[in-house]
Amino acid sequence: MSYKWAASPYLVWMVIFIVVPIILVCYYSLTVRTDAGFRFSTDNFRRFFEPIYLKVLYRSIELAFVATVVCFILGYPLAYILARSDFKHTNVLIMLLVVPMWMNFLLRTYAWMTILEQNGVLNIVLSWLRLPTISILYTEAAVILGMVYNFLPFMVLPIYSVLSKIDPSVVEAAEDLGANGIIVFRKVIFPLSLPGVISGITMVFMPAVTTFVISRLLGGGQFTLIGNLIEQQFLYVSDWGFGSAISLAMMVLILLSMAVMSKFAGEDRGLGLW
Amino acid sequence: MVRALKKCYVAVIFAFLYAPILVLILYSFNNSRSRGTWGGFTLRWYGELLQDRHILGSLYNTIIIAVLSAAIATVIGTAAAIGLNGWRGVQRKVIMNITYIPVLNPDIVTGISLMLLFVFARMPLGLLTMLLAHITFNIPYVILSVLPKLKQLDTHLYEAALDLGATPWYAFKKVILPEIMPGIITGLLLAFTLSIDDFVISFFTTGSGVANLSITIFSMARRGVNPTINAVSTLMFLAVLVLLVIVNLRVSKENSRKGRRNHEQEAYDHRHRRFGSARRLSRNHAR
Amino acid sequence: MAECIIELRNVSKDYDGTEALRDINLKIYRNEFVTLLGPSGCGKTTTLRIIGGFEQPTTGEVVFNNTSINHLPPYKRRVNTVFQRYALFPHMNVYENIAFGLRIKKLDEEVIEYKVKNMLKLVNLAGYEERKVDSLSGGQQQRVAIARALVNEPDVLLLDEPLGALDLKLRQDMQLELKHMQQSLGITFVYVTHDQEEALTMSDTIVVMREGRIQQIGTPIDIYNEPKNAFVADFIGESNIVDGIMVRDYLVEFANHRFECVDAGFGENEPVDVVIRPEDIKLVPESEGMLRGEVRSVVFKGVHYEMMVENGEYVWIVHDTLMQPVGSKVGMVITPQDIHIMRKEDQG
Repeated sequence: MSYKWAASPYLVWMVIFIVVPIILVCYYSLTVRTDAGFRFSTDNFRRFFEPIYLKVLYRSIELAFVATVVCFILGYPLAYILARSDFKHTNVLIMLLVVPMWMNFLLRTYAWMTILEQNGVLNIVLSWLRLPTISILYTEAAVILGMVYNFLPFMVLPIYSVLSKIDPSVVEAAEDLGANGIIVFRKVIFPLSLPGVISGITMVFMPAVTTFVISRLLGGGQFTLIGNLIEQQFLYVSDWGFGSAISLAMMVLILLSMAVMSKFAGEDRGLGLW
Repeated sequence: MVRALKKCYVAVIFAFLYAPILVLILYSFNNSRSRGTWGGFTLRWYGELLQDRHILGSLYNTIIIAVLSAAIATVIGTAAAIGLNGWRGVQRKVIMNITYIPVLNPDIVTGISLMLLFVFARMPLGLLTMLLAHITFNIPYVILSVLPKLKQLDTHLYEAALDLGATPWYAFKKVILPEIMPGIITGLLLAFTLSIDDFVISFFTTGSGVANLSITIFSMARRGVNPTINAVSTLMFLAVLVLLVIVNLRVSKENSRKGRRNHEQEAYDHRHRRFGSARRLSRNHAR
Repeated sequence: MAECIIELRNVSKDYDGTEALRDINLKIYRNEFVTLLGPSGCGKTTTLRIIGGFEQPTTGEVVFNNTSINHLPPYKRRVNTVFQRYALFPHMNVYENIAFGLRIKKLDEEVIEYKVKNMLKLVNLAGYEERKVDSLSGGQQQRVAIARALVNEPDVLLLDEPLGALDLKLRQDMQLELKHMQQSLGITFVYVTHDQEEALTMSDTIVVMREGRIQQIGTPIDIYNEPKNAFVADFIGESNIVDGIMVRDYLVEFANHRFECVDAGFGENEPVDVVIRPEDIKLVPESEGMLRGEVRSVVFKGVHYEMMVENGEYVWIVHDTLMQPVGSKVGMVITPQDIHIMRKEDQG
């Protein structure tokens, strides 16, 4: 059976709405506007290396990195417990882990504003416990908290998925050979779970580094991340060339690291659907 | 002891995940504009919501765009998958790689690149451009839902139908289509929820005055917290929950037949392929 | 045999430059049970698919009742197929699967029901109408596939290794049943298999194929007793195949011994292949044998013993109901009718 022609509407669509836009991004990023029109230039990319922008890049990576580490520290034990304990309703628990992710991303972030603000729930609870109130909304900590909250399930699920597929007899074999609990974990379980860890890291770091919503809402606009920088160039400064250059750089970086990660993590991560 | 500790840990994490949502829902019933005090139970904010032209308008936009973009993407994407199934070699690889771009790209890059296109084509940014953008990022998910079903399909089924006297079109309608229907419906639901959930791409491809719910929430949240948003949130949360339950019932029904994947994982995969597809990028394209 | 129903004339098929079929000429007669037999990759399935209309021949002609049907699509051919893995429609129940072809013909529902029920009775599946096809066993699916094809009353039924997925016992039962069906319905069967026993059991005519070419066409008895070349001999049953030289008509030399034979018409001193069936070698006391040898191994095969007898550079497979112990010296006798002489392949 061959219906090759059935793909043609999509091919047209694909060229217009995927290929052409990327060409446009390239075009804008490699030109500057002069009185005489557009002129080829690498200025937009060079500008990216100015200290002020490098600092934005650095901060984006730093925050995303911290968020990823926190997600890992919180997420790995959770995945481990879910995968290796005989809880009665593990399936339901995994399901519950997924449900918040189906809620609108903005709402999830907005909810934290409600909790963290000066008269928010957190401080009400704290003062009720006669503890000193804190004010962390519009700080770096709030941004990281938002990232962790939004992306934690991305860390847990791939790790869980890999851990739950480890053949129990492998663990038994290690125990049989004299390994105690810690050695079994260090030498057998953790190495086997690495593919899941790597996709977890990818799945947290990538969206964290490009977000502009979390930093805007929970950071109160005080923390300019790459995403915010791009947003500014297009919506406020109208410097499309520079905005395109940052976008292009980000796209290339992400596609490359995805490709590298995918090689690194090996073929079977156990999450593949197709 | 250890077991209790484990249970505790799980409970704490889940409390962390659900606290904000519960707080959000709780405050949608609070009869006080300030969060510091509990003013008693009220449906006032839901009432105000019904009066709010702005929110209702954006709700309307969200639904219109979700329905239209999911439907159109499903038609184009299903046709594309059926067509692509017949392609081989380098051409197929190139097409599939391009198809993955909207899935893997950060939303913000997809958003601004589409915005550049619309501006370049001198299209006024608004509902139409937002719709086109949604169709664009939905199609790949439909294709990726339908293609595996086609791959599983026994090619002899089609031949058997022809053999029994069916014309190609009849064979397609009666044999191929029913077989790949689960994939098509998964793709449709996926497209629908992704469209409802989207903020970033919509944000860049819409013009002044035309907003969907996400955009409205964003602008309201920036101006400060407003209990009406809580009411919207609660309703949206319930709506998504209902949808999720439907999807999962469907998926688990299918799974109990196939006996393969468990539903929560599938639901998770559907929702979050976008970040997790890197591996498949290399794996599937090799085929 | 009367009327020729399907004829392949000089049919060749190329797939991207590789030759799948070369110059196939084949006549299939009404009510005949024809088996295409050969190892995998010999082109038997391709031939079947060309008859079914799923493949177009690169050159040559497919003739059906004296009309060329080269460009007739599968759904217009009065031919139905039983697919290797049955290809039952998984979203339909047994009844709907069988009714599929009838519905396309827009028959009345009563007629459809009557025909489907009849057909189910024929394949011993009465009462299975509502069953989902994936709840059936392999043998039952097989019967549904046959019923689905036969209900359309085709002139020719094509069967592509239909018994390949069944276990031995079931396969043997189905062989007899299929043969019975074919005879009672009076339909032409074209059957593809790589199992020589199956071919010998069921067929009126066997077409032995190899690497896209027909090696031999004949009745099972012809093919078994008079294989045309070493390949056919080897493929049909077990054989001893040795190099020999045709000294002159009716005299052949192999294993350093001259044998009388019944073949003639070869050149003098022409190198030939000599084929001898294992059951045609008689073991006698050493002194009475034409050839002498030592028994190297013995395997019990149920009805007979299979013995390997070494004689100089040759090891002969011998089947006999009497066992000779390993290490014993034996003589071998071969009668002239049991020596089959074939031209060397590369010369044909």
